[in-house]
Amino acid sequence: MTLVYKDLLSEFRSRETISSMLVFSMLVVAIFNFAFDPGSAYAQQAAPGILWVAFTFSGIIGLNRSFVHEVDKGCLHGLLLAPFEHGAIFFGKMLGNLIFISIVELLTLPLFAVFFNLQTLQGLPQLLVVILLTTLGFSAVGTLFSAISVNTKTREMMLPILFLPVVIPILLAAVNATAMIFDGKGWNDISDWLRLLAAFDLIFISLAYLTFGFVVEE
Amino acid sequence: MIDVRNLTKSFGNLYALRGLNLTVSRGTCLTVFGPNGAGKSTFIRILATLSKPTQGEIRIEGKDIFTNAEQYRNRLGVIAHATYLYDELTARENLVFYSKLYGIPDRDATVNRLLDEVGLGKRGNDRVRTFSRGMQQRLSIARAMLHNPDILLLDEPYTGLDQHASELLTGWIMKLRSDKRTIILITHDLAQGLEVADEVAIFLRGRVAHSAAASNFSNKEFQQLYFETVAGGREN
Repeated sequence: MTLVYKDLLSEFRSRETISSMLVFSMLVVAIFNFAFDPGSAYAQQAAPGILWVAFTFSGIIGLNRSFVHEVDKGCLHGLLLAPFEHGAIFFGKMLGNLIFISIVELLTLPLFAVFFNLQTLQGLPQLLVVILLTTLGFSAVGTLFSAISVNTKTREMMLPILFLPVVIPILLAAVNATAMIFDGKGWNDISDWLRLLAAFDLIFISLAYLTFGFVVEE
Repeated sequence: MIDVRNLTKSFGNLYALRGLNLTVSRGTCLTVFGPNGAGKSTFIRILATLSKPTQGEIRIEGKDIFTNAEQYRNRLGVIAHATYLYDELTARENLVFYSKLYGIPDRDATVNRLLDEVGLGKRGNDRVRTFSRGMQQRLSIARAMLHNPDILLLDEPYTGLDQHASELLTGWIMKLRSDKRTIILITHDLAQGLEVADEVAIFLRGRVAHSAAASNFSNKEFQQLYFETVAGGREN
């Protein structure tokens, strides 16, 4: 929690990560709104995909910044020198990323609902659960790959190349579950997708936690 | 006592350390010199448990540092040319953050005392990004001393410091030395390194090319030895 608080405080002071994520996310939603006729069948069909395109790519912006502050002045070494297991750093950074991405998602969602004329309030609890489970797995994998890509010369490019193929199962489940929610389906209908998301989260968090120590070791 | 045996580190076919052997007695200050690429920083990184050796071992009081890594890190303070400080946090917030990581019980008192000791008591609530390089390095000393470590690794701490800040840092190293802490200092500055050292070692191509008591040399004699060793690849 110490690490999460530090990340939140740094971000509150600089406001550089969340603001860039939010601008990107809202731009995606706005551009797609102009591309499709609001309320049309095409817009309704494309809406889940558009929502997750906005969330995914704005999330990548945040994940890219996640370890930049840690390596700028060697702070990652400062963390690694502390007398605890390195896996704790993974959980701290993952939780921070989860909070940042979730804030952007929650701020984007109302704008998306207005632009795409969606009655999201009806399926809002289901949608929030899908978003939370997806963002959790997304943050776990993203934190691990962010730690890998931050030491490469082309880190902005490297992260999506490494990260996106791995999170495809999560994104597929998220888009399908979201489409069902937008179609007015209930908890029972989306339960398979929720179980799949929860299973992926469990697998990805465990694997990322176990491999993080090897990733940060030089 | 720090006992380094047959320490080897390779990155593919490139060898940074080639069977390095070294002993540092408890409470002494060893200064390590050597040209770029001699393996000094790799040695410090391994000693700090930031990197694992390809071969060999480091034992402190008979215990392998990687077997007891968490316990060992609690005894270890590292000051490098990178300060490990967060620009957006204040000096006090940085120290509080690190003191939480080390589980220091009397946090506020420790942080205030250290801020005063490094002469930053009045700047404690200012963000680190407003500090000069010298002030950041002083804060970095406070950060490294939070948990009162008995082993200190100093990796080129003089980098980027002006004359005044360098003298202050030398004063600090002397003070730490007089506290009988074990210090390993890496520097390119022969005069400053020799001034604070009990023992000196010259690294060359991943091995200890020369090691001796610092008191054996005057500045001029050591300079001559260093340049002869580095230029001729001489090893004793």
